[in-house]
Amino acid sequence: MSSVAVIDYGMGNLHSIVKALQHAAPEVDVVCVSDADAILRADRVVFPGVGAIRDCMQALNQSGLSAVIQQVAKNKPLLGICLGMQALLTDSEENNGTPCLDVFAGHVVHFPEALKDSDGNILKIPHMGWNQVHQLHPHPLWENIPQDSRFYFVHSYYAQPDDAAVMAATSQYPDAFTCALAQDNVFAVQFHPEKSQAVGLQLLKNFLHWDGQV
Amino acid sequence: MSLAKRIIPCLDVDNGRVVKGVKFVDIRDAGDPVEIARRYDREGADEITFLDITATHDNRDTIVHVVEQVASEVFIPLTVGGGIRTLEDIRRMLNAGADKVGINSAAVSNPEFVREAAERFGSQCIVVAIDAKKVSPTGEPSRWEIFTHGGRKPTGIDAIEWAKKMVSYGAGEILLTSMDRDGTREGFDLPLTRAISEAVTVPVIASGGVGCLDHLADGIIEGKADAVLAASIFHFAEYTIEQAKQHMASRGIEVRL
Repeated sequence: MSSVAVIDYGMGNLHSIVKALQHAAPEVDVVCVSDADAILRADRVVFPGVGAIRDCMQALNQSGLSAVIQQVAKNKPLLGICLGMQALLTDSEENNGTPCLDVFAGHVVHFPEALKDSDGNILKIPHMGWNQVHQLHPHPLWENIPQDSRFYFVHSYYAQPDDAAVMAATSQYPDAFTCALAQDNVFAVQFHPEKSQAVGLQLLKNFLHWDGQV
Repeated sequence: MSLAKRIIPCLDVDNGRVVKGVKFVDIRDAGDPVEIARRYDREGADEITFLDITATHDNRDTIVHVVEQVASEVFIPLTVGGGIRTLEDIRRMLNAGADKVGINSAAVSNPEFVREAAERFGSQCIVVAIDAKKVSPTGEPSRWEIFTHGGRKPTGIDAIEWAKKMVSYGAGEILLTSMDRDGTREGFDLPLTRAISEAVTVPVIASGGVGCLDHLADGIIEGKADAVLAASIFHFAEYTIEQAKQHMASRGIEVRL
């Protein structure tokens, strides 16, 4: 039986992601863990997160999990979700500038204020709700997910990778922004697959069967 | 290609059963919340909101069990409101599988609670529910005030100012209910919805008064709401969520189909 570790570092509620992983692949052993050994023992690792980046990085640095995640990023399938994606960049402009894990070279930036759509309506921040995800390249995690499927988002910051080659998908609000990153054995998404109904469960299922090869 | 407007069915839950008063008459039993949530999920609901109206404190565990059960098989965002007064109440709901909580009266009696809740759990899960009623006489510029206790108790607080204040305290979303329209099936209070939606930077969910599918579309187009919430038109299978979305799409609104 293969196993997946969901990293528990005190940032928010892991109930949804654990239930969704169990639902997506009942044959996989899903564990919610905070100690390094258990994370390093698992076949795959999910790095979730909600809230503010400063609290997130503080929790990861104090617990020593920063180094563990950086190690996982070198050798086994890793899925970053929402704040867990943002934390994988070099730094974030949230909380007056916060150094992050630097798995992906690049920055996390805030949506510009007072954005308007083509009809002149103000676009609200956070970007909240179901938006279309445009896949840029084929990838094992996009398997059986139709192009431009809608996933559930809730965020005010987004990733700007230095290297466009790591961009796996974009969404529009109103301009295109990067909503998924892929590099070797690491995949990261800004949206919440655990809250995105059938397509979200499919992405989690794909991850739970992924060998980390592209 | 852009963000879809959301349709959110709301389940009023009393002692573990879905109930809904129709046109102010008696509360009708609409069934098992888990069963109904499953159906809404299948029909394409974008989120589901549970409003716990259980009067007695002792029976409040029932809503926790409902949320736990729904969250283990329905993978869309779930919001729980009604009786959320402490950080511990919020923690219990999130641990049960809710993604957001709705705070109403507790925000009015103690606005700092919203700030503490947003700091502790993140703005993304804090929905401030506002019950507003028009207080300006006919012919004068419109003015709405906040009412608590199911619309019975006036507070003297201006609704637009209150919405702005709640956002500055960390509310991630506003659930706006018109107490003049709630239960009437005459449609949303569109001027109120528009006034609040244009006054705040966060998404606004319009609620109160939906009687037909055009009302939902009006809430988005004229009320400028980001999402629309309705209860009775979906419970008794008058319309399915899918029909509502098809209708909204036919009026040029972007929806998740």
